Amino acid sequence: MNAINNISVMSLVTSSSLVLIALFFSYWQKLKLEKEVIIGVVRAIVQLVIVGYILEYIFGYENPLFTTCLLFLMIFNAAHNSAKRGKAIKNGLAISFLSIAVGATVTLLVLILSKTIQYQPYQIIPVSGMIVGNAMVALGLCYKQISSDFKNKREEVETKLSLGADILPSSIEIIRNSIKTGMLPTIDSAKTLGIVSLPGMMTGLILAGSSPVEAIKYQIMVTFMLLSTTSISSFIACYLSYRSFFNRRKQLVYMK
Amino acid sequence: MSLLELQNVSFDNDGKSILKDISLSIASGDFISIVGPSGSGKSTFLKLCSHLISPTCGNIFFNGKNYGDYSPVELRRNIVYCSQTPYLFGNTVMHNIEFPYSIRHMKPDFARINSLFSMFHMSTDYLKSDVQNLSGGEKQRIALMRSMLFMPKILLLDEITSALDIHNTLIVEKVISSLHQEGITILWITHNPEQSTKYANKVLTLESGKINSFEEVAK
Repeated sequence: MNAINNISVMSLVTSSSLVLIALFFSYWQKLKLEKEVIIGVVRAIVQLVIVGYILEYIFGYENPLFTTCLLFLMIFNAAHNSAKRGKAIKNGLAISFLSIAVGATVTLLVLILSKTIQYQPYQIIPVSGMIVGNAMVALGLCYKQISSDFKNKREEVETKLSLGADILPSSIEIIRNSIKTGMLPTIDSAKTLGIVSLPGMMTGLILAGSSPVEAIKYQIMVTFMLLSTTSISSFIACYLSYRSFFNRRKQLVYMK
Repeated sequence: MSLLELQNVSFDNDGKSILKDISLSIASGDFISIVGPSGSGKSTFLKLCSHLISPTCGNIFFNGKNYGDYSPVELRRNIVYCSQTPYLFGNTVMHNIEFPYSIRHMKPDFARINSLFSMFHMSTDYLKSDVQNLSGGEKQRIALMRSMLFMPKILLLDEITSALDIHNTLIVEKVISSLHQEGITILWITHNPEQSTKYANKVLTLESGKINSFEEVAK
């Protein structure tokens, strides 16, 4: 059970026949997805081969400063991507970077101090990849929700402003709703772990030969860290971004 | 000195001119009816006064001081705006009545709340009511009460009785009139010609974003 199951290149080539099934359905049902499927498969192979070699190099280069730089690069990319979802938000990139960086740092600190993981590239990089990726998706959802709420709940916000409320009490329901929207997918997926799906990390460990009992320990850790990062990042992002919807005279900015 | 003064105020939206070169002066204790056809800029005029929007050009003064020199929150606590369609937030009426207190970090003053409920001919049992279950008239009365808990200097009322029946309209008119007696300056938009001169001492007529007339009401 503990031996690592290696996949031979021949087995991979044989399993590629599974792609033919997708191509067959696309052709048979006239879905016109053949080109997309081929592009997707080729891209996945090329990208994963490149990432595999890069990670092999990185994991062998055990310099903490280099690992930290990589971590920041990951956070920057995630921040850049989530900022695109909130075009109405001023300084979206800076807000996203700060939110993800704080969320990831707190989570990683707890994991390192509790000796769950070590500050070694082969542990930090994959774990950070998961938490930063999850925070990126959460922030995208937060920004989408906050932008749509400020557009659709204009009447509520203006009613509160006209009663003499400052912009925070006027927006608090929208802020809370947006944080909730960012966190809910992580909470929902935590609720259904093991019932609806065996998550990627657990499946990977089992396929690699770990016992399921050992694999669940890692999965539980992953669940904890995703919840913590998502909540911290969503909280910071929403509380920093709501001001973008007001001008200096605390008037709601007109949104098209 | 006038309580509220507009100097050459214009407001454009999306390249369209809504209000053009409005200049007028409102004294403390005035009761002004604002009339004019739909699209003449009446609601925009009140929103500018409430500082929910700012003029594209021109200046507005409150107590002789430019709006820009006040904090927006301070201005809106003195000059309160009530819209035509009352918006009640949260789940219960209590949530709405508590809101003006909570933003001032105060506990609700139930003596004041009780007196307002009785002025509006409503029982305080409504405090527990779900806002979704209220009629249009009840919602409007609650929204007005919510605006009056802290006696503003100026009350801006945007067609507040247009969706009310005669009974509710009379109750609301009586309350507004008594608040005016207590010294609150009132600016209200109405489409009802009789209502426009019943309580007001001046009538402002807007047409195509301009002042058509601003006249005293002959009593």
